[in-house]
Amino acid sequence: MQILVIAEQEEGAIRPGSRSALSFAHSVAREAKGQVELLLIGHELEEAADDAARYAPVLIAQSPDLVNPVADRYAAVIAQTVVQRNVDLLVAASTTYAKDIVGRAAGLLGGAMASDVIGHQWTDGQLIMQRPMYAGAVIASVRLTQQPAIITIRPSAYEAAEPTETSHPCEALPIDDLTLPDHIQYEQIEAKTNHRPDVTEARVVVSGGRGIKNSDDYEKLIGGLADVLAGATGSSRVLVDAGITPNELQVGQTGKIVAPELYIAVGISGAVQHLAGMKNSRIIVAINQDPDAPIFDVADFGLVGDAYEVVPQLIEKLSLEGSES
Amino acid sequence: MKILVSTKRVPDTDQRIRVLEDGQGIETGNLPFIINPFDAIAVEEAIRIRESQDDEVEVIAVGIGSDDYEEQLRTALAMGADRAILVETGSHVDSWNAACILAAVVKSQQPDLVLMGKQAVDDDANQAGQFLAAQLDWPQATFASQLELKETGLRVHRETDHGIEVIQVRLPAIVTTDLRLNEPRYASLPGILKARKKEIDRLTLADLGIEISPRIEVLNMQSSSTNRQCLQVQNADELIDKLRNDAEVL
Repeated sequence: MQILVIAEQEEGAIRPGSRSALSFAHSVAREAKGQVELLLIGHELEEAADDAARYAPVLIAQSPDLVNPVADRYAAVIAQTVVQRNVDLLVAASTTYAKDIVGRAAGLLGGAMASDVIGHQWTDGQLIMQRPMYAGAVIASVRLTQQPAIITIRPSAYEAAEPTETSHPCEALPIDDLTLPDHIQYEQIEAKTNHRPDVTEARVVVSGGRGIKNSDDYEKLIGGLADVLAGATGSSRVLVDAGITPNELQVGQTGKIVAPELYIAVGISGAVQHLAGMKNSRIIVAINQDPDAPIFDVADFGLVGDAYEVVPQLIEKLSLEGSES
Repeated sequence: MKILVSTKRVPDTDQRIRVLEDGQGIETGNLPFIINPFDAIAVEEAIRIRESQDDEVEVIAVGIGSDDYEEQLRTALAMGADRAILVETGSHVDSWNAACILAAVVKSQQPDLVLMGKQAVDDDANQAGQFLAAQLDWPQATFASQLELKETGLRVHRETDHGIEVIQVRLPAIVTTDLRLNEPRYASLPGILKARKKEIDRLTLADLGIEISPRIEVLNMQSSSTNRQCLQVQNADELIDKLRNDAEVL
């Protein structure tokens, strides 16, 4: 079985989510006697290729025309590679990048796609996968009826692969610029100003909800607590809609799915759509004024109280202890 | 200009979903259904485009499913869609088949723009728009949070993991909608009355000249229990103590 994993990179390093996709691929490969390769797409990828080669053999699709991640071009490159190399299984992390690009590639490859996979096993020689539906209220076991199979996995469900002892070969794929589609003109991306870890990759996530009244308070309370814990900040939908937090911080069914070691929900009531994004965190702490808030039903530790009083105390005590140790 | 909007019927998102005992579906007995919230945003955006244009714009709502779907199409009509098409299928269709059906409708209706939700909140697949764009070889702009109609096409703000991305696409194009594109209007009473008189074309797969077969099979469903035993702590000190010594997470 030939398995291809889409490697997303940032500043020359393979993203942890793609390394989780690689773990999934390795697990399938062990069972199905498969070969696993990584596919890097973009421009000036030397550094990223070096990093990728620490994990698995790498195919590199490189061209000035691939400098921006536009869906039509990237999907064409992926679909072409899958066909030319007889790939049976295409895997990616479930990010907005993959939802956009790999979804389109799957459309070019016959549409046998399972998204947001969180578990898998082999039954009678068939790959059976688990994926959430209805905002995570239901876990469905599914199988794909055709090949190639296209799968996106939730990074929070699979450990990120570690580098192997030896380095792996890289192979440049020929890119014919003239045949690349030209449907989409890329303008720009608003630079991310968040200096904190990515919310999907952090060990600790502190999230704020309706209980936080404005962006200064959000920064002081949520940002402050995240910083003493070296964590990331997240947000419920209410704050994004109110313009207090940027959309990329939204945790929930339609935002980011996170499963950190520690998730602290501050002033978040716990709508089903929010729970869908964080309920698999290892330890969940809820701080909320309303003792009946549904967030307490999914929390391990609950503190009924005013975030504006409790959180500054937490920040102070934790930073004191931090400076002592 | 002609805008096609796909509308899926999904359980009301405020309802508790229960899995049937045999794991072969969910209990739908007393479940209220709505237009998929992202599709409602797509309907709203189509109507806003019509309202903002001097040229004539026609908004066509498409549903795929059983007779029950008429309710959601009437809602789209009451919001302001001009007419509706119901493609009758016996059973639930997966994202690929939905895209195949929409592609056939696109070929017969020749719209300039297809607007649809980025995902349906029942299967949460986030695939159909991308599949449709690939099948038609049209540009796609997924997860749109802002649309600007220009002479050359559309300028779209997209919500990505890394921030807002801006792209331009020529028409015809597929746009999938994200939460912050707009706030859908409620259907007004006159709108609801008017909607009763608007036509809903009913088509079969044979009318469209296509056959479908699923790409993904749901073998079994299970409720996912999320509840934990919540230990109430009284203050910040106790919380820190528990996190450090019981949960060992600090």
